[in-house]
Amino acid sequence: MRRLLIWLPLVLFAGFFILFASGLLKPDDRVITSKLVGKPLPAFTLPAAASDRPPLASAGLVTGQPRLLNIFASWCVPCAAEAPQLMALKEAGVEIDAIAIRDARPDVDRFLQRYGNPYSRIGLDARSSVQIAIGSSGVPESFVIDGKGRITYQHIGDIRADDLPTILKRLKDAR
Amino acid sequence: MKRLLALIALLFSTPLSAQSALPPAPYADRQISDPALERKAKALMETIRCLTCQSQSIADSNASLAGDMRSQIRERIIAGEEPEHIRAWLIERYGDWVSYEPTADPVLWPLWGAPLLLIGLGLLLLRGRIKKGRRS
Repeated sequence: MRRLLIWLPLVLFAGFFILFASGLLKPDDRVITSKLVGKPLPAFTLPAAASDRPPLASAGLVTGQPRLLNIFASWCVPCAAEAPQLMALKEAGVEIDAIAIRDARPDVDRFLQRYGNPYSRIGLDARSSVQIAIGSSGVPESFVIDGKGRITYQHIGDIRADDLPTILKRLKDAR
Repeated sequence: MKRLLALIALLFSTPLSAQSALPPAPYADRQISDPALERKAKALMETIRCLTCQSQSIADSNASLAGDMRSQIRERIIAGEEPEHIRAWLIERYGDWVSYEPTADPVLWPLWGAPLLLIGLGLLLLRGRIKKGRRS
């Protein structure tokens, strides 16, 4: 017993060493998902973020049809990068609404003019309050909302071309 | 002189990675006038993790989302909401991850148990030593 016990510190050391080494070597990927996926969208009412699009309220998202809710901002670079993919989704017949985070109307107008406007309605969330209420931790993010106003899927980060099939499938599943 | 001027210019330049042109929310960087309420809010903010800079609390972070969260927390404290209620509200949205305060979740039992276990082990070791000392 005593013989074996002598090795205990070394074994403990090796254990901690492996733990720390694997923690250091593993790429740091800490994506914070919303815990509201599968739950109803919290209630909100936002003013219009763009001159030529109506404002957005949570009640207006319960339409009986699945929709995409895109969280973006005119100051966000990856949001410009995902614009072509959002356009492609719109062309595929997807209804897209948006929330502009910490933004101003002239900036949103300029952004949409430059990168295209795939949105039906855009709400302005000047103090990120709706963003926090739906458990979103950054821009851009996209939520699939089913016909009853439930969040069924969250896509974090910009939508790349190879994400399109997944998103279209999730929208179909939400039907 | 030129260097000094460049340094001063640097001081006043805005960082390239500026996150948003909007000014911070009203209570992002302003304390509540009632010190008791501010203390409450501050204690909560120090234990809420920033979503943008994940190893900082929102009290320490300059991220615009952290500023908005600080403002929201202060506004809700002013409105009479209890800090623990706000924490629960945030956990409902972002998971336990968002709070630095350890919970009583079974996953964390080893964390609470480890100190007791180690003290117990130490006492056992000490007892052995004392016995041995007496014998010799």
